[in-house]
Amino acid sequence: MKVNVFVTLKDGVLDPQGKAIHHALEGLGFGGVRDVRAGKLIELEVDETTSDSDLEEMCRKLLANIVIENFRIERVEQAA
Amino acid sequence: MKSAVIVFPGSNCDRDLAQALRLVSGRAPAMVWHRETALPDGLDLIAIPGGFSYGDYLRSGAMAAGSPVMRAVKEAAARGIMVLGVCNGFQVLTEARLLPGALMRNAGIRFVCRDVALRVENSQSAFTSRYDAGEEIIVPVAHHDGNFQADAETLDRLEGEGRVAFRYAGEVNGSARGIAGILNEGGNVLGMMPHPERAVEAAHGLTGGRRLFEGLLASVVQPA
Repeated sequence: MKVNVFVTLKDGVLDPQGKAIHHALEGLGFGGVRDVRAGKLIELEVDETTSDSDLEEMCRKLLANIVIENFRIERVEQAA
Repeated sequence: MKSAVIVFPGSNCDRDLAQALRLVSGRAPAMVWHRETALPDGLDLIAIPGGFSYGDYLRSGAMAAGSPVMRAVKEAAARGIMVLGVCNGFQVLTEARLLPGALMRNAGIRFVCRDVALRVENSQSAFTSRYDAGEEIIVPVAHHDGNFQADAETLDRLEGEGRVAFRYAGEVNGSARGIAGILNEGGNVLGMMPHPERAVEAAHGLTGGRRLFEGLLASVVQPA
């Protein structure tokens, strides 16, 4: 089964990369962008038996640094 | 002083640290590879060097924090053995939760590589006893992820408990409250972004880091 883990910076944590991307977009002439936050998408292929708590532990122990990051786990439905 | 330097794939300041330890203590440290599950007996100090452990994959220090040798380092730290993490070593210590907070991308995005002025905030620790509180020293930094961040409560606790060891005298990387180095609760673990091992002998052009190692040596040498 495919699982997507989205890791994003917590609200209030300054995101220098997001800021740089924002400036670059403006430099390319794209207006109307109010804010940019950069995060990570980690794609996992796991056994069907992998539980939600297993996945959460993976996030807490390694995939995200919970001091500064949030994570969101999304199980992806397999195409029939 | 019996010391060990941990070596991860991608460490690149391990020999600099070993040289500084040898110079000051007269004894070469053991070089311990990341796959080891045990440390040499009778260590006084474990040093975690700068570099790019595991290519900085995922987050700086994240992979190293989970490596086999770090389990032994955590046990040693819990027993009160001194642990010094420099640069990537500091990142490893925060990722391993031996120190609070996190080291994020520098606020200015760029890699910062220059000599900086540090203010010694706490001269009571084993690491800083050879400095005067409030003294400024010059030590090089070389990092991309040195922007120390923690929640306000953690920062207040660090300050209140005298656990901020070093602070940047000027703006360097956006670190909260200018924090350059912190101690753990027991005072036996220090993480710092600047490189004291690159400022220990005349040939370096700077010697501001030397007294850190001398302080460590003094803390373990029994008075006659």
